[in-house]
This record gives sequence, C-alpha cells and structure tokens, in this order.
Amino acid sequence: MKIDIILCGVGGMGALSTAAIISQAALDMGMYMKQAETHGMAQRGGDVQSHLRLSDSPIYSDLIPEGECDIILSVEPMEALRYLPFLNKEEGWVITNENPFINIPNYPEKDVVIAEIKKIKNSIVFDADKIARDLGNPKGTNMVVLGAASKYLKIDIEKLEAAIKDIFGKKGEDVVNSNINALRAGREVADRI
Amino acid sequence: MEKLLLLGDEAIAQGAIDAGLSGIFGYPGTPSTEITEYVQGSKEAKEKGIRSAWASNEKTAMEAALGMSYAGKRVMFTCKHVGMNVAADAFMNSAITGVNGGAIFIAADDPSMHSSQNEQDSRFWGYWSMVPVLEPSNQQEAYDMVHYGFELSEKFRLPVILRVTTRLAHSRAGVNIRRNTKKQNEVSIPNDPKQFILLPVNARNNYRSLIAKQDDLLKASEEDGFNQYFDADNKTIGIIACGLSYNYLMENFSKTKCPYPILKVVEYPMPINMVNKLYEQCDSILVLEEGQPLYEGLLKGLLNKGKKIMGRLDGTISRDGELSPALVGKALGLEVKEGLPIPSLVSPRPPKLCDGCPHIDTYKALNDAVASYSKGRVFSDIGCYTLGALPPYNAISTTVDMGASITMAKGASEAGYTPTIAVIGDSTFTHSGMTGLLDCVVDNTPITIVILDNSITAMTGSQKSSATGRIESICEGIGVAKEHIRVITPLKKFHDENVKVFQEEISYQGVSVIIPRRECLVWANKKRKEAKNNQQ
Repeated sequence: MKIDIILCGVGGMGALSTAAIISQAALDMGMYMKQAETHGMAQRGGDVQSHLRLSDSPIYSDLIPEGECDIILSVEPMEALRYLPFLNKEEGWVITNENPFINIPNYPEKDVVIAEIKKIKNSIVFDADKIARDLGNPKGTNMVVLGAASKYLKIDIEKLEAAIKDIFGKKGEDVVNSNINALRAGREVADRI
Repeated sequence: MEKLLLLGDEAIAQGAIDAGLSGIFGYPGTPSTEITEYVQGSKEAKEKGIRSAWASNEKTAMEAALGMSYAGKRVMFTCKHVGMNVAADAFMNSAITGVNGGAIFIAADDPSMHSSQNEQDSRFWGYWSMVPVLEPSNQQEAYDMVHYGFELSEKFRLPVILRVTTRLAHSRAGVNIRRNTKKQNEVSIPNDPKQFILLPVNARNNYRSLIAKQDDLLKASEEDGFNQYFDADNKTIGIIACGLSYNYLMENFSKTKCPYPILKVVEYPMPINMVNKLYEQCDSILVLEEGQPLYEGLLKGLLNKGKKIMGRLDGTISRDGELSPALVGKALGLEVKEGLPIPSLVSPRPPKLCDGCPHIDTYKALNDAVASYSKGRVFSDIGCYTLGALPPYNAISTTVDMGASITMAKGASEAGYTPTIAVIGDSTFTHSGMTGLLDCVVDNTPITIVILDNSITAMTGSQKSSATGRIESICEGIGVAKEHIRVITPLKKFHDENVKVFQEEISYQGVSVIIPRRECLVWANKKRKEAKNNQQ
C-alpha cells in the first residue's frame, strides 16, 4: 500500500500542520513515510506545499513523482490547482476548501476557479470554513478538509483521531475535542457524496 | 534502537549530539538553520553542555569552530551554500592547518533557488581544497554519516564537508538513533606545535602532507562502504548517481529492478576505481548530480574524446534547477507518468512582507523621501526587506550579497551618483555591514545608511540577532557623527516626520545612519506564545 498526498495552501493558513497528524497516524500503523516541506522565504504569504508519502515498503524519493499523487488536500481553491501536474489523473482526488485567500491583485474569479476544479475527475470542493465556523472552531478549516479526505486516505479515522489526541493533548481536552469534531464534520461531507 | 521522525537537518544535529559534539557554530540560512536550532532546543544537548549560540557571520563561526577543534573537541559548523563564500578564507586554510578534534562543516545547498540568490554546488569546495565531502542521500544516511564524518576527520586530521540540499534538509523521515552515545573529547592541543601556524615554511609542509593524504582518502571512499556498486546486465548505460539523485533514480524502479549498473556516490573524493570499472563495462555513462555538473565535466575532460557521457552538460538533463523522479526517468528514456496541466488561471503567489511589517512603513517613507531624485539610488541587502523590490513598493535597485548594500552604495556615490542610500537589516549589518560602514567613514562618503532594526533575524524564522541593543554604539564607535545617527519608529502615524528625517539625512554631504526600529511582528507573536506556554 502507498499513499502520496500533497498538502497545500498559503503561508500561515495551517495547511502544513495537517501533515503532522497524518504522519503520526501513519507512524502508529508502522508505515514508512517521507514528508518534504517548504521553509524560508516562501512562507511569507506565498504558496506553500508539502509532499507527504506513506507506504508499507521503503520510500526513495522525498518528492512525489508527477502523475502519481493520490490526494491533493488544500485549504485554498486556486492552490489546489497549482499542483495538478502531480495528480494521478485517473484515480487521484482533489479535496479543497472553496473560499479564496486573496492577497494578490490578479486573483481569478472564484466561480472560474471552482469550475476548473470540478473539471477534474474526482474532486470535492466545499465550504470548509463555514463548517469550522459553525462548530465554533474558525481555525479548524484544515481539520474539516482532512476529515473529508479521510475517506480516501486508507487510514482509519480512529487513527487520525488518536493522532490529534497525541499532538494537541498538551493544549487541553477542549482543543482536542474541537479538532476531532471538525474532522468528523468534514468526513460527513465526503460520506454524503 | 529508537526511531525518531526527523528532518534531514535534525538528523544531522541528533547525529552530532550522539557522536560526542562539544559545540556548533553557524549563521542562520535556509536550508541549514534547523540544524543549529535543533541543538539549541535539545534538552540532551543542554545537559551535555554543548555550546550552540549563533555567530555574527559564517567566517567568525568557522574560525571559532576551528579553535574548538584546535582545543581537541568535536565541533560542527553550519551554513547555507553562500555562507561558504563568507567563510572561505577560514575554510581554504583549514584544509592546510588540518584539525585536532573532529570537525564537520555543513554546507546546505539550494538548487532551484527556493530561498537563495544562486545555486552554487558546495562539492566544489571539497574538490578545490582536497578535503573529503560527504553527500548523504537520505535522513538515515545523514545521521550515520555524521558519526562516520567525525571519525574520518580525526583519522585524517582534516575537516570534512557534509553537503545537503533543500530536499533532504527539509524533508522528514524515520531515523534509527543509536543511544550508546560517544563521550565528548577531553581538551587537548595538537601534538605538533607548528600545525596551526601557517607561516609559508610550515604551510608548504602542511600542503604536501595534505597532498600525501589523498591516496588514503580515496581508499576510504572506495572501501568504507558508503559508495556502492550495483551491477546489472544491460551495459548500454552505466549510471553514476550522486547523493540525493540516487533516490530519484530508484523511484523510477520501485516496481522493477534497474537494468543498468549503478554507482551510488555519497562520499568524495570520487571513487575513481569504481568509476573506472563502470566506464570499462558500459557503452555510455549517465551522471546524475543534484547541483552543478562537476563530475560529469571531469569525466568528459576538455576534449571529450572517450565514451559518451550524458548529464547536464549535453542536455540530457536540464542545466539548472533541482532534479526530480521525472527528470531522471526521462534522461533514461523511460516513459514517465504525467498529471494534468496547471490551468492558465493559476497566478503566481510570490512571498511578500507580512501585514503590519515595520519594513512597509519604512519603505513608504523612504519612497516619498527619494521621490524628487532620479531612480536607482537605493541599494539593498539580504533579508525580508529584499521583498521591497516587489510591487507595490518597488523601493530598491540592488540585492547581491550580505553587506553589499553599504559598499555598493558607496561605490555608486563615489562614481558621482549622489546621493545614494543603503538599506540593510540589523542582523545583516553586524554580519557584514560594519566594515563597509568604516570604509564610508574613512572616506567621508556622502551616503545614508538605513539599518532596519526589527530586533531579530527574521527571514530565517526568528533567530537572535547579534545587533540587538548595540547598533547606535557600533555606529558611533566606527565614527559616524552622533547627530547623524537618527532613530525613527516606522509607523503610519509618524509617516510625515519620518519622511522629513530621511530627507534631512539624504541631503547631508557625509555619512549618516537612520535606524527605523520596531519589532518583527512574527517574532513578537512567537515571544507572546512562548511566554504563555511558560506560564502554563
């Protein structure tokens, strides 16, 4: 079994902290993993991405080969499109929040961006911000998106919940529960499709 | 055995801690910063008394590292590739002095220039200086090669370069850690009292001894087991895979066996006998190098009259940029998978100054102050404020190397293009700006130097700046007239008075310094969070 995931967004949106949760869950399952990140200058409001590779056999490349990514998991719709050359165009999924983060003057029209995502064979584009807000956890967008992606991750959602407990445990039970709730709400979205 | 999830950088740091490190010296620079930060944050390192504070620049760091080695201790130096240029004087001569305690110099390269101004390949330093270079291909090898590197360094009494690139430095994987950690060396000075005195008479001897060591270094590279030869039946191509490129090669053969013989090279000097075996057996050679085509070029030679050598020089692989599984696959003529094209509506999202950044207010005031002059008078430097080059500020005309703002503005001023203005960050100023300022004072150059003081080395993620609390006294000590050292607060509400300060000092026919002082917001938030966590 192997899973190649690209996590993406804009610097400061929490796109990359999702990687820590998936990695923790994968490690608990005894899988091999590699995770390449963006550091340094690019983080200042620029596009950020992480290549996360999980497998039950040793992994060579830190970068996902083009055309082999199983899931693009994004907290921003235009950013999800930036990594399409990596997507497995037959079997891969694009799962993204639908609300643009506009910090450039030439950001395209939202409808056009969404329409472009819907052209992809397998995609889920939804208002993860609203779900997070309604749960009283406006910073939980990334957990909601992860929840939606969990259906295709080949990792049990219970394992992800355990990883959330591990990683956020220090911050108290409230933080753990609100993140788990966000995760479950995201999963419901995917289950309804 | 214990398995930890570590960045390549962190694996190097943990390796050093476990291998009896006594001190780490460096200056922050992407992608090397996390090595020293890991040691700074390690409880274990604290208990062992490992010194780890940042230095003012790479040269002072490497010299201090050499001093610690002189005193018999194991020491590590860290920098990004361009930091090696700053440390070059110390480095090239450290090959002649050799070392006493084991010394590993880390150079973290950035092919594709994710966060850099060039993509120089640090393996050249090893070839040039004749010291060994290690180039681990993965996180585990990085950890293991630090142990090996210290042994190699002490065995040959030479510094060892450990070269990584962005993808290894900033990629995480499980690493098996040895817990039977080595004790630190005792203090001891070199047996030969002349070893570190590079008078010509001694240096000539040392250099001959360095040359004499080359055969044994080659033997170590051939026999110590890190460089590996994998034979295969199809001899039409022999592949030399250096460092990280080995992973991209093997990624193409994750389901099948590579049909061609492979020489995996992670230790230099290049294992010439292994290369020769490959060359003799195969019809052509493909050289995979993550960086510049150093060994491809050497293998071809000037006349290129031997077998066909493929790589970056003959166009088989792009001449610039980092490698990838697809680039390597295409070089072998394999059919590589493709995803979907990037839709044309996707716009670039370049990095930018954070909302509320003090540099924004400084650039707005500076732009208004220089609006009455012709263009191209503001010389800048390396840091977050380099982003002032982008719209909407378009505030600077140059960014070359650490400290070059002051000295380039000086040269342009002396060419008659007065007034000129230099814009430099606090940490960059103490890194390489102070000597340039002294040149200006000595020549009484008409120049205005803007030292942006946000009290932190911001771009690399908030490292302590050597300049904090010292800028005015440094400038005064160097000889800038007190009344021409002006401190302003870069805030919107002070815009008009700040413009006036800029105008006054720009019109002054001598050396003036303006210090816009306001804390980096990212750093302020980080501090607040840490304080909150400490309270809990």
